[in-house]
Amino acid sequence: MQHSLTSRRNFLKKMAAAAAMTAAASMFPGIIFASEQDANLPKGGNLDWKKGPCRFCGVGCGILVGVDQGKAVAVKGDPNCSVNKGLLCVKGYHQIMCTQAKDRLTHALVKKNGRYVQTPINEALDIVANKMKETIEKHGKDSVAMYTSGQSTIPEGYVASKFMKGAIGTNNLDCNARLCMASAVAGFLTTFGADEPMGCYEDIDHADYFITWGNNMAEMHPVLFSRMLEQKNRRGAKIIDFATRTTRSSTASNKSILFEPQTDLAVANAICYEIIKNGWVNKSFVENHVNFSKGLTNMGYGLEDKYKFKDKPTKIDFESYKKFLENYTPEKVAKYSKVSVKDIKYLAAIYGDPNKKVVSYWCMGMNQHTRGTWMNNLVYNIHLLTGKISQPGNGPFSLTGQPSACGTAREVGTFTHKLPKGVVMNEKHRRLAAKIWKVPYERIPSKPTYHATEMFRAVDRGDIKFIWTQVTNPLVSLPKTSRYRPGMEKESCFVVVSDVFPTPTSDVADVILPASWHIEKSGLYGNSERRTQHWNKMVEGPGETTPDAWMTIEVAKRMGYGDLFPYSEENHVEEIYKEYTQFHEGAKHGMAPLEVLKKESGAIWPYVDGKSTQWRFNAKYDPACSNDKDFHFYGKPDGKAIIWQRPYEPAPEIPDAEYPFWLNTGRVIEHWHTGSMTRRIPVLHKAMPAAYVEFHPDDAKNLGIRNGEKIKVSSRRGSCILPASINERGLPTRGQVFVPFFDENMLINDVTLDAFCPISKEPDYKKCAVKVEKA
Amino acid sequence: MPIKSYLAHPEEGQKETLIKALSKIDHCDVIPAENEELLIVVTDTENKTDDEKVKASIESIASLKLLAMVSGFNTPKNK
Ligand code: SF4
Repeated sequence: MQHSLTSRRNFLKKMAAAAAMTAAASMFPGIIFASEQDANLPKGGNLDWKKGPCRFCGVGCGILVGVDQGKAVAVKGDPNCSVNKGLLCVKGYHQIMCTQAKDRLTHALVKKNGRYVQTPINEALDIVANKMKETIEKHGKDSVAMYTSGQSTIPEGYVASKFMKGAIGTNNLDCNARLCMASAVAGFLTTFGADEPMGCYEDIDHADYFITWGNNMAEMHPVLFSRMLEQKNRRGAKIIDFATRTTRSSTASNKSILFEPQTDLAVANAICYEIIKNGWVNKSFVENHVNFSKGLTNMGYGLEDKYKFKDKPTKIDFESYKKFLENYTPEKVAKYSKVSVKDIKYLAAIYGDPNKKVVSYWCMGMNQHTRGTWMNNLVYNIHLLTGKISQPGNGPFSLTGQPSACGTAREVGTFTHKLPKGVVMNEKHRRLAAKIWKVPYERIPSKPTYHATEMFRAVDRGDIKFIWTQVTNPLVSLPKTSRYRPGMEKESCFVVVSDVFPTPTSDVADVILPASWHIEKSGLYGNSERRTQHWNKMVEGPGETTPDAWMTIEVAKRMGYGDLFPYSEENHVEEIYKEYTQFHEGAKHGMAPLEVLKKESGAIWPYVDGKSTQWRFNAKYDPACSNDKDFHFYGKPDGKAIIWQRPYEPAPEIPDAEYPFWLNTGRVIEHWHTGSMTRRIPVLHKAMPAAYVEFHPDDAKNLGIRNGEKIKVSSRRGSCILPASINERGLPTRGQVFVPFFDENMLINDVTLDAFCPISKEPDYKKCAVKVEKA
Repeated sequence: MPIKSYLAHPEEGQKETLIKALSKIDHCDVIPAENEELLIVVTDTENKTDDEKVKASIESIASLKLLAMVSGFNTPKNK
C-alpha cells in the first residue's frame, strides 16, 4: 500500500495514540477517550447513532455506529451495554473500515471456462438452485452439503437448518463452530445435560480468583480481561494464568503456571485428588446434586476417514472415583506435566478454600484438544466437588470465540446432529421441528452425517458433490488444509461460496455470492453469556450484496420449497426470529421478545417474566428450578450433574527425533480469525502485517536462528515458511513453536493435524510435531 | 521525525488546567480521558532537538504530576 508522507505521519500518530490508549486501558479498565473517537466525525454532520453488537468476537460488546447521510462513519462502545460499559478493543473500534476495501465482493461471480464472470445475482442464484437440484436428483440428497458459521446470524443459521433438514431432508449441515466450540458443547451436555454456561459476565465483579486454563484473554477476550484487571486493581482479585505459552495475559496476571501440552488432563485430576485428600469436598452439595460416571478410554483420535466412536457411560461411586485419582497425586503428575508439586497444591488450595470465590475461564486451549470433552468435564469436576458453581463469582465459564457461536451454531443448532431444539436422534425433537417447520416428520433423518472434518474428507473422496459455504473461510481455518484444498479443487464437487471479500476459499468456488456485511443487514447474535443481541440494518451494502439468509431463502424457493419460506424480504429477520423462538418456549430456554431486544443491549436467556436469568440451576436466580432444593441441574433427568472419571491420555502426535518441536497455533489481538476482514483494515493490518513463528530464545540460540530470519516449519503433512519471532509478542515453552493462523499468505494449517476429540469431533490445533529449519 | 505518545497524569483536580496548558504547546496533541484523571499526549516534531524542547515544555507545566512515555508503537508487533 502506497502512502504519502503526511498520511504516513498521521498513521504513526494514530498508532502512537492507540498504543497510549491500550496502556491506559490496562491501568484504568473501562477508560473512555470519547474525543478521539469523535475526532474523525464530519463536522456539523447529523450523526445518527445506531446500536448493535460488535462483528468480531464472542465477548459480544455493544457498539454504537455513527451513520451520516447513509454512510457508517464512526464506531464507539455502547455505554449502556453491560458487557463492555462503553469500552471496545482495537478491532471493535475499527471494524467498519473493512467495508471500504477496494476488493469488496459486490456482484455474483460465476466461473465460466476457467474465468470468473460478473453475473446478475438472480441468475447466479438460479445456477446454484439448479445445480443443487440436479445433484440431488442424480446422486441423492446426501450428496449436497452446507457449511456455515458461528458468525452467521440467528436467522441465517435457522433458515440453513430448515432448508437442509426440513426441506431437502439431509443432515449434511455443519459449521465452523465445530472447530472452536464443539468440545464445550459436548462437555456441557455430558456433565449437565444442557448447553452453555450457567453464569454470566457479572461473575467478574464478584470473584476472588480468576483461573484461566490455556486462555490468552488479554488478546482474545480483551474487554473481559480488562474488566478482570479492573477488579484486580480495585478489589485485589487475583488472576492465575495456566498455559503452555507465556502471553500478554500471563504477564498481566498475578501468577503464571506453565504446563507441558496435553497434561492439563492430569493436572485437573491432581487438583481433584488434593481437594478430596484435604477434605475440601463440599459434601452436602455432592450428595444432593452429583452423580459419578466413567466412559470408554483409548478412544483413538479420528485420524482415519469415516472414524466412528460412541461413548458408553457407566455409573460409578465416589470411592472408585477416589481410587482412580490415586494415579494423579501431585508428585506423580509433576513428573510429566512440568508443573511443580507446589503449584498443583496452590491451585487446589484456591479451589478448595470455601471462603474464596473462583471462576475458571477457558476457550480454545481446552476445546481444540483431542480430549477436549474430557478436559471440559474435568474442570466441571473441580467446581462440582467444591460446590463452586451457579453462584455470583463462583463457576466454570467456557468462553466462546465467535460472535454467535452460542446464538446460532449452538442454540439454532447448525451442526449435523442438532435441531433448533435438541438433536436429530431424538424422535420428540424431530417431531417438534417437523411441526413448527410444517414438514412431514419422516423427512428429517434421524442419523447425523458429516461433522466439519469428515465433511471436507467426503468432498475430497468425491462423496459430497455440491457444497455451499457461508460466512467462513475453511481453506484457511481447517486443519490439514494441505489435503482439503486439493479436495475442494476437484471437478467432482461444485463449490458455492458466499462471502464479503475474496478468500482462498472463494478462489476455488464455481459460484461466488456477494454477501451483505454485518451492519448492511438486520440480524441477531448470541454471545458467550447467553445474551441475545439484535440490530437493525444501518446502511445499504454496495452493488448486489444480499443477506445470506435471503440468499438461502431464494435458493429454497427456486428448488420448490417456497411454501416453507413464506418470509418477506424487508422483514424476514423478524419473521424468522418469531418462528424460531417457538422452539425454546418455557422457563428453561425462553428467549426475549424482539420488542425487548430492540430497546436493550441484549437480554440473557432463559428470559422469564420479563427478566434475564443470570445464574442457571440455582433456585435463588433460576425460575426453572423445580426440585425444592437449592440447586437443580434440570438438564439431567434426575436433576443431578455428573462428575466424570476421565484419565490422562497422550496426544496423537508427539515430538520425536525427526519432528522435535510441538506446534501450537492461535490468534492475535489485531486480527479476527483468518484475517479476511481485519487485514483489510489498514490500522490493524499495519500493526500486524504478517504471521511469524515464535521461538523460545534458548531454542533459537541452539539453532542459531535470529529474529526475522525465514524459517521453514514442516510436519508430516506440509510446510510453511515464516519469519522467526524471538522475545516479541509471546514466549512458547522450550521445545514448542507458536504460529498465528490469520495470514492467508502463510498457511500454517497446511502443517497442522486433523486429529479430533472422538466425542465432540473438534480438531486439535494446539499440538502436533514439527521440525524447523532455515528456509 | 520523532512521534511519541505519553500518558499525562494531572495534579489532583487540575485536569482541565493541564489540558489548557498542553493545548498551547506546538507539535503536541491532547486526548483527555472522559472518565478518568488521565490524558494522552502525542508529540510530532521534526528532529531530536525539537522533540526534547517540546518534552521540556510539557514537563515544566505545574498542573502535571507525572509524564510517562508509552513505547512500542513503532515496532511491528507492538510488543
Ligand atoms: S472484545 Fe470482542 S466483541 Fe469486544 S470490541 Fe473487541 S472484538 Fe469486539
